[in-house]
Amino acid sequence: MTAPGRVALLVTCFNDTLFPGVGKATVAVLERLGCAVDFPREQTCCGQMHGNSGARDEGLALAARTARVFASEPAVVCPSASCVGWLRDAAPRLAREAGEEGLAADLDELGGRVFELTEFLCDRLGVEDVGAFFPHRVAYHATCHSLRGLRLGDRPLRLLRAVQGLDLAEVEDEDCCGFGGTFAVKNADVSTAMLGDKMAVLRATGAEVCTAVDTSCLMHIGGGLGRARAGMRTVHLAEILAAER
Amino acid sequence: MKAAGFETAAREALGDSQLRRNMARATTTIRARRAAAVGEVPDWEELREAGAAIKAATMVSLPEHLERLERAVEERGGQVHWARDAAEANAIVTDLARSHGAEEVVKVKSITTDEIELNDALAAAGISAYETDFAELVNQLAGDWSSHILVPAIHRNRSEIRLLFERTIARGQELSDDPPALAAVARDYLRELFLRVPFGVSGANFAIAETGSVGVVESEGNGRMCTTLPEVLVTVMGIEKVLPEWRDLEVFLQLLPRSATGERMNPYTSIWSGVTPEDGPREFHLVLLDNGRTDVLADAVGRQALHCIRCSACLNVCPVYSRVGGHAYGSVYPGPIGAVLTPQLRGPAEAPTLPWASSLCGACLDACPVKIDIPSLLVHLRGRVRREVGAPHAESAALGIAFRAFSGRARYERAQRLRRLGRGALANALAAPWTRSRDLPEPPDQTFREWWDERGQG
Repeated sequence: MTAPGRVALLVTCFNDTLFPGVGKATVAVLERLGCAVDFPREQTCCGQMHGNSGARDEGLALAARTARVFASEPAVVCPSASCVGWLRDAAPRLAREAGEEGLAADLDELGGRVFELTEFLCDRLGVEDVGAFFPHRVAYHATCHSLRGLRLGDRPLRLLRAVQGLDLAEVEDEDCCGFGGTFAVKNADVSTAMLGDKMAVLRATGAEVCTAVDTSCLMHIGGGLGRARAGMRTVHLAEILAAER
Repeated sequence: MKAAGFETAAREALGDSQLRRNMARATTTIRARRAAAVGEVPDWEELREAGAAIKAATMVSLPEHLERLERAVEERGGQVHWARDAAEANAIVTDLARSHGAEEVVKVKSITTDEIELNDALAAAGISAYETDFAELVNQLAGDWSSHILVPAIHRNRSEIRLLFERTIARGQELSDDPPALAAVARDYLRELFLRVPFGVSGANFAIAETGSVGVVESEGNGRMCTTLPEVLVTVMGIEKVLPEWRDLEVFLQLLPRSATGERMNPYTSIWSGVTPEDGPREFHLVLLDNGRTDVLADAVGRQALHCIRCSACLNVCPVYSRVGGHAYGSVYPGPIGAVLTPQLRGPAEAPTLPWASSLCGACLDACPVKIDIPSLLVHLRGRVRREVGAPHAESAALGIAFRAFSGRARYERAQRLRRLGRGALANALAAPWTRSRDLPEPPDQTFREWWDERGQG
């Protein structure tokens, strides 16, 4: 546990371009807790999409670029479990596979300084109640990268339970929602079948909001719920934590 | 058995409502049983570590272990044959059957012989092969092929099997859907075969280099029959199945049944060492099959796939497999392990779509009793396909454009502005599969970085 200090925001290209609200919310939560947030403007994409699609050299080049941009930052906070998992685990492994030991070492070093948002709040700042107010029934979807990748465990749930007014609904399964990056378009039919089952599980909770720590999965789930006019919306966990009375 | 590609085959499978229901019921049941059987073992993680370590160490000196196995089998009166590929293995088994005048053979543990398509080779030589595992029998009678490593007829329900039996081995009889009654019909049919056919062909779960012992683990007793009643037994085994020491069984006989069927112990474990006078087959032949395995071993990342003990836990937990079933993979080895094994055994050009048959959710890695990192192998093989075979043009173009946009801040910010002006032809082409079932979010009025600049830095 450390005192709040300077943190650098790795917002992710996805949030930056399509879901700026997630970045704004992350800044709001961190500043409310006393952090001085910086946003290194040189950041673009961490390389996850290229890396997971088998474009190893491109993925590693973007990961290396990210490591350079954040080289002098003592703590980097990112509101995406999958991007953190890529930088911390997958990218160094691919770098070693490609024989790029120097890059692998740089990424390992970066991996020790990059925190997914709920890791940073629970482990580094040691807080669970961030002073949020969100009077809605909420279902938490544990994304694959948060559950089986980063092993976030109950950190997101501890944060949600401390939100005033929030009615937390139990979600019955821990299966993938079917997003899977390019899988969602390359195998759109299987992805849609998985989404259909996930939406049924989520709707059975009676929640009006589905939350998670990965914007990309939420875009997929939210896209399905919207198409079905399901009366349920998706909100990133950071946006719930940023909400106030 | 080559598929047009996973995407197409999966789309067709998803439209089969009976298949969907059968798969969902079966995989849900096995998942729960496995979870319970694994959950009661306090040192499960240590067992997994031990299993992974034994396999990794064995692969390092595989040739030595295989030669030791050969010597031990021969010292105990068995004969060992080396088969470079499917054709050599099929020729060895066919010649053995011919030299004994066998017109029929009974079979158990058939996935490796399915891999080499032995039954077709035997049929071409005028020899009938009979599958004796209940589900393999069902598939053989239906002219169908396996859709699961362990439960090969998982895609069928009891009513379908009843109708099949009424058309084939129980012609003229009226059966019920009661599983014990259906099993009794198969038992009557199979018992007669076991007593009549003096030539057995088996696969193997493992072979012990130290003692020259070969083992088959099963649930129905047909393995015990096939390996003890015939006068001649031929076992076809992939070279990766060798274990160095007898004591290694302690680990794998715990890992396998709990991961596979969710049982503490499987009902039948048959282990034999060469031949024993007056007991069991008079002749034993072990065919050691390569068929691409040394190519897999040569890939420092991909070789982990050879650690597989064929438990199928990864199939049952996979959200893709449990919806599309095994046939969509176009491979004897379906599911997550098939998606990493088949492109390596046959070469990436022969199965280029399989590494993408996954959302990389990681459930397979968590379930694997020998901790094969299937998600990482899938990513590795996506890279190999891209480098050695190539990728669809639109996808390569999109990744190329994205890479250039991400490579510098100015280009990235320019691309963000273009994003708001509307979607180009390429973006629309890529968006079509998405928007068939999902809405696309509207581009926001302002990117995050524009908001950050407007807000000022303090």
